Amino acid sequence: MTAAVELKAITKKFGDVVAVDNIDLTIEDGEFFAMLGPSGCGKTTTLRMIAGLEFPTQGSLSIFGEEVGTLAPNKRSVNTVFQNYALFPHLSVLDNVGFGLKMQGIDKNETRTRAMEMIELVQLEGLEGRKPSQMSGGQQQRVALARALVNQPKVLLLDEPLGALDLKLRQEMQLELKKLQRDVGISFVFVTHDQEEALTMSDRIAVMHEGKLLQVASPEEIYETPVNRFVADFIGRTNLLEGTVSDSETVILTNGTPIRASNDFAAGTSVSISLRPERAKITQQKEDGDPLSSVSGVVETITYLGNARVYSVKFTWMSLEVREENRPGVELYEPGTPITVSWDHDAISVVAD
Amino acid sequence: MTITSEPPSENVEATPQFEKAAQRKESRRGLLLALPSYLYLIIFFVIPLAIVFIYSFATRNRFGGTDLSGWNVASYERIAEPIVRTILFRSLWLALLTTVICLLIAYPFAYFLATRRPAIRNVMLVFVMIPFWTNFLVRNFAWRVILGNDGPLTKATEFLGLGTHELLFSQKAVVLGLVYGYLPFMILPLYAAIERIDGQLLEASRDLYGTGWQSFRNVLLPLSMPGVIAGSILVFIPSLGAYVTPEILGGAKTTLLGSYIVTQFLTARNWPFGAALSFVLMAVMLAGTVIYFRKGGRTL
Repeated sequence: MTAAVELKAITKKFGDVVAVDNIDLTIEDGEFFAMLGPSGCGKTTTLRMIAGLEFPTQGSLSIFGEEVGTLAPNKRSVNTVFQNYALFPHLSVLDNVGFGLKMQGIDKNETRTRAMEMIELVQLEGLEGRKPSQMSGGQQQRVALARALVNQPKVLLLDEPLGALDLKLRQEMQLELKKLQRDVGISFVFVTHDQEEALTMSDRIAVMHEGKLLQVASPEEIYETPVNRFVADFIGRTNLLEGTVSDSETVILTNGTPIRASNDFAAGTSVSISLRPERAKITQQKEDGDPLSSVSGVVETITYLGNARVYSVKFTWMSLEVREENRPGVELYEPGTPITVSWDHDAISVVAD
Repeated sequence: MTITSEPPSENVEATPQFEKAAQRKESRRGLLLALPSYLYLIIFFVIPLAIVFIYSFATRNRFGGTDLSGWNVASYERIAEPIVRTILFRSLWLALLTTVICLLIAYPFAYFLATRRPAIRNVMLVFVMIPFWTNFLVRNFAWRVILGNDGPLTKATEFLGLGTHELLFSQKAVVLGLVYGYLPFMILPLYAAIERIDGQLLEASRDLYGTGWQSFRNVLLPLSMPGVIAGSILVFIPSLGAYVTPEILGGAKTTLLGSYIVTQFLTARNWPFGAALSFVLMAVMLAGTVIYFRKGGRTL
């Protein structure tokens, strides 16, 4: 596969603030790529550099092999779906969608035909005469997509594209975007702070934090084997049990409990054990279990989620979250019940601090 | 699952009455608040205007007084006279020129201002306002000194070997003075209009293959049109009726409408004609304002 976008040692500074800190990143042609991180992590700045709306302070940025570091945005074959869409309020949907073609000097008839085709593709036929302000958030989103895709860009950039939509619509659009990406076959690079959205839609995810790239991998890999404590904590929910590596099979928790956990760290390294709430089991305290894969505590609170219950279990030195699916026959535990939380030894991962 | 709703209670019927009463009370309070300005406008604007309107149909008597009898439209007919027409068109032309020059200077500045950090914006807005702290008349006299025969401008051009100039008492000096005087009226509405535009729209335009100029033509300019129209009217109208600046910088050769009207009242003592001219001027301005509300109202 060809690299659609390649960043080499890219740094972006705003005055003294380092927004993006020396990152290397390759986005393949045809992949759905997510840049994920909390606000201020540099993900949007990275996207804007690919779009040409910011120029990198250092490093090399190429699109399909062509160096574009300081090329103006109108000279790059990428298009952007902006956060809040940035639709032109004085133009009709048709003129919004046709804008890019008009700017490129494509003749009026062809612009109209291609814009109409794109409007049909995003299922807005009949609304082409409306102004953006007369449309719902979901419709505006489709206009923004059509406006970008009509130019047949080599890469489509999306900045928090679903952020302004309500939950139900967002879930619908996630699937629709994924389908659209498969249909047009180009790479979609999208920025989000919503880890669930990134997991649902992407082929690969880049997790960013404080301007640095922490991990670039498939959703499974990121969820199952996060590289460090931040990634483990940011992607999904997890319990982090702090401790010190004793040997390649054992981690001693801060209160002295030994836990079986295979790891590649040197003895004496401080690490955290990541235990996902849905991978832990609650059992009666009396029951026998592997003492190296369980801890005993007391149920503190229960949060009812409809499809599941989340138990907060209190130990002498910390508390854990355990998620039990709401299936028939699942035993319920009242607050105050002494219980044991256990897990399969391959259900946990050891991460560096 | 069944949904049960409560039967409507008896109070439901009473609500519209309470609502109406509250609305009436609200509008009475609004009227009370607006009353001082209504009275002010009626006493000091509507009534004098009515008097001027009545006088424009009256007759000048032989002693320079005005007879409020023998109503006629002779004063309006005089507007067709060549000398009046020349003055009217000259005034229109200079006002138009002033407006266009103000627009060309103010637009880039307003854009610059609107895209600065708030702290810098506020400082620069104060700079725009500073001239207002000095009396308009004094500022016009200052230009007379600057442009005058022994003024700093002449000295500078002589020093540079460009010879002397004869700016003062010409139409150029009048336009210069008008542009200087009314520029802030162009900058402020333009600034307000541009400042409201989402900067992301310009980025979107650049992203969609628009060059800088195309982005200006297709996005920035149409979206800032309300500011362009408001600023143009705020400059055009006072320029058209300007009196002080043409008097001080224009000299005797370039009589404009404002001066001509003053002459009718004070020197020629032809009040009906002066009143008629004032009304023609007002009609032109009113037409401009209507265009503004038609066009501006749509884009706003």
